[in-house]
Amino acid sequence: MYVAVKGGETAILNAGTLLAQARRGDPAVSEVSVAQIAGQLRLGVARVMAEGSLYDEELAALALKQAAGDQVEAIFLLRAYRTTLPRFGYSQPLDTARMAVRRRISATFKELPGGQVLGPTYDYTQRLLDFSLLAGGEAPVVAEAAQPLPEHLPRGIDLLGEEGLIEPELPPPGDPAPADLSREPLSFPAGRATRLQNLARGDEGFLLALGYSTQRGYSHTHPFAGEIRMGEVALEVVPEELGFAIQIGEITVTECQMVNQFAGSSTTPPQFTRGYGLAFGEAERKTMAMALVDRALRCAELGEEPAAPAQQAEFVLSHSDNVEAGGFVQHLKLPHYVDFQSELELVRRMRAAIASAQPAQEQTA
Amino acid sequence: MTQLCDPAQRRHWLGVLAQASPVELEQHLARRALPALHWLRRPETGLMMVRGRAGGTGAQFNLGEVSVTRCAVQDDAGRLGVGYVRGRVGRHAELVALFDLLLQDDIQRADLLPALIEPLAARQRAARATAGAQAAATRVEFFTLARGD
Repeated sequence: MYVAVKGGETAILNAGTLLAQARRGDPAVSEVSVAQIAGQLRLGVARVMAEGSLYDEELAALALKQAAGDQVEAIFLLRAYRTTLPRFGYSQPLDTARMAVRRRISATFKELPGGQVLGPTYDYTQRLLDFSLLAGGEAPVVAEAAQPLPEHLPRGIDLLGEEGLIEPELPPPGDPAPADLSREPLSFPAGRATRLQNLARGDEGFLLALGYSTQRGYSHTHPFAGEIRMGEVALEVVPEELGFAIQIGEITVTECQMVNQFAGSSTTPPQFTRGYGLAFGEAERKTMAMALVDRALRCAELGEEPAAPAQQAEFVLSHSDNVEAGGFVQHLKLPHYVDFQSELELVRRMRAAIASAQPAQEQTA
Repeated sequence: MTQLCDPAQRRHWLGVLAQASPVELEQHLARRALPALHWLRRPETGLMMVRGRAGGTGAQFNLGEVSVTRCAVQDDAGRLGVGYVRGRVGRHAELVALFDLLLQDDIQRADLLPALIEPLAARQRAARATAGAQAAATRVEFFTLARGD
């Protein structure tokens, strides 16, 4: 148990200054600006926004700068900041079908209507260090096709839906408002909306490991990447003054539709099942992992035995948050002097008891 | 009194203004005479929870929050200008609200739509088309190679 301590003000102040010096690095090297971080380290910024659960590039970039590039620390900073702002309400649900697509691929449909669009991807790059970046240089000249992509690309996965080959994904009657983990604590059993919110802000590394575990046999879901799309979607809200929806800007999101092992029963013919991933920014690895875990967590609903870690909602959802996890693991650094003192006393007493018993045992032997 | 003009048209200009750069709006506002007005709500920054849908089309879920700045302004005729923008730039929300107010006046609107809103909308469409053309240049055809024949 952590016990409050007093004192150390000067040392703490000095440590803060030392931290600022370490963050700044060599003063002979120019300081990195928040705009540079937002513009040139956008994938790092995207992760901070997704797991910080706040879409604001400038704040996420600032958090990364303050945290000297430590993503989990930056996520913590962003989460803490959001508690200082009032909540105005909820957006209209994003319509990802109307996304201005910059990347859209499918591993299941070769002849995808609208085509496979690679976009700005590291796929197919050779992963050789590019030493020309050491020198800096000219902005690249980007090719443009004569025809832009259609304004809205149809969802690849709808091809299966037309034939009834995949489970339909429809709003429940009345299209109810979902539970909100930022307002009410996690409880079990957790509905899919709660699970998706938890996964959307869950630690990418944790979800990646869990998703990987499902591929290695810890739950069999036979996934295919039905469609991955990335681009800009309209952000619409209904202001209280107006009573109708207006667009207040747009945000970049990545969406992954995983097509999984089919299930059927005596009443329903076999059809593919779904796993879904959605995250702020360019976050392909994250959304793929999220979709794998989402599907694994649907085991009860689909009549599968929850045997593997990725299928156990209480295990997954309780450990996915890196702010909570980081806090609890790292609180071990804080003074536990009183707690430890009592343990120390106990161990000494036990040892003394054994030591005083031993000569007696020897005598009786 | 906020419903005096066509909601679809108002929805359009509010969307265009929210996507415009504050600098551009500021320059345009400098050329306009503003009526007497008072602020019902000074710009305030807060959060809105962004919602998605499971599978893109299913049940709603909460994805994460977004920073939003809003304000409201009224003129002596009782018109209400509303500014809602993503982000934390208070002046952007103010500019949106001021133009929303002006655009509700028939005479101002007749001028502002062709002079401001439509050129902004055209530029926003062009920027989107450029991004779309760059993406289209990365469109691939994958061939499956058959073996043994």
